[in-house]
Amino acid sequence: MAREPLMIDIVNVSKRFGRRDVLRDISLGVPKGKVLALIGPSGSGKSTLLRCVNLLETPDSGSITIDGSTMRFGATASRHRAKAMAAFRAEAGMVFQSFNLFPHMTVLENVMSGPRFVRGQSRDEAERIARPLLERMGMDSFSDAMPERLSGGQKQRVAIARSLAMEPKVMLFDEATSALDPQRVAEILSVMRDLAQAGMTQIVVTHEMSYARDVADTVVFMADGSIVESGPARQVIEDPREERTREFLKHFHMGKA
Amino acid sequence: MTYKWDFGPILQYWSLFRIGLEYTLGFTVASAIVGMVAGLLLTLARRSGWKILSIPAGAVVEIFRCTPALVQLVWCYYALPIVLGISLAPATAALLALSLYGAAFYSEIFRAGLDSIDRGQWDAAAALGMPPFTMMRRVIVPQALRRMTAPLVSQVVLQLKNTSLISVVTVPDLVYQGQMVASATYKPLEVYTTIAVIYFLILFPLTQGARLLERRRHG
Repeated sequence: MAREPLMIDIVNVSKRFGRRDVLRDISLGVPKGKVLALIGPSGSGKSTLLRCVNLLETPDSGSITIDGSTMRFGATASRHRAKAMAAFRAEAGMVFQSFNLFPHMTVLENVMSGPRFVRGQSRDEAERIARPLLERMGMDSFSDAMPERLSGGQKQRVAIARSLAMEPKVMLFDEATSALDPQRVAEILSVMRDLAQAGMTQIVVTHEMSYARDVADTVVFMADGSIVESGPARQVIEDPREERTREFLKHFHMGKA
Repeated sequence: MTYKWDFGPILQYWSLFRIGLEYTLGFTVASAIVGMVAGLLLTLARRSGWKILSIPAGAVVEIFRCTPALVQLVWCYYALPIVLGISLAPATAALLALSLYGAAFYSEIFRAGLDSIDRGQWDAAAALGMPPFTMMRRVIVPQALRRMTAPLVSQVVLQLKNTSLISVVTVPDLVYQGQMVASATYKPLEVYTTIAVIYFLILFPLTQGARLLERRRHG
């Protein structure tokens, strides 16, 4: 079977916090344009793995490749320069559970912040990138509002626009809907679904099992820092092979797509 | 017993008070600027992640925070020249002591200000690809500055009041000049009342300004 070229390639990544192994020799890959959902109980290491992909956590060993550029970690690897790490991160957009909008900037300035302060583009250029993104997220009428005035769902849409403004090659979602009211969850999931349909490569850490089943191509179940099971989304969610996966999935009620 | 207050003779010495006031304000501004710059450097050293910098910087902060300003002042003037084998002019020793004393407290204010910024802000800025300096300049410092303004103003108020100590090493500040006037007129009660009023007139607007800033921050 011919392997598709991988957009994200995580190879033998391990990470310890103190004496605890948070990630044990994790390897997984995401082909271009595909969506991988990471599921598992809290403390399983799924968020840490996601944070490793754009170096918010530094793995102790292993390597991470995004679209052909590779970061190696461990005793033999050279120490990474801050500039190189920043450039690597710019390739991956990240959306957080707690939104993390910059509270001292307007909605528009938040979305412009990447182009302006990372790429050094002018105000006008940044605005030409930001305005259509806000429109696409249905947030154009809030351009001049401060983030504190927005609802959770609105904040998250701005945060997604802010990430997209950097034209990232992949998007990482870290429980992006976990802090939202139930009725707002659907609107963010539909934004994520649109992105997937537009061909954006994604890794999604989520507790939304129906989203994982219906939108993700691959589902990976993690527990205690290891991959327990991975496979095609529908198979893992509806007919898991491993006992631990079955046990975990029992706690979720899933509607039909 | 009744005391007859008489400010008349005091006012004749107004020019002495004026010189004292200039020294007090000059030392406040100079030691606040030097202290803030030194405090910022101490904070950066403490956060650098290099023990060779962070441990000495932490030690300096604690030494100056945990000893009285008056003791530091007298020590800088009398003991430091012996330790270093140089002589220090009173004004130099005074500026050094006041600046370092202030630096320790400014450093704590800066540290607390930076620590108060939510971890998510650092994460979000890093995830966008901001290098460390850009992150500080565009995201962290603008937010931290708002939270630090009120404590910084309080510290400058203390700094100004602490300048009254430099009279001990014969720098002619407001208090020192007051002592001169008191010994010339034999009217210490009027002199110290006058000095107190001058300090109050300078500092009250400052503390009110700080309160206004604080209210705007919470408002």
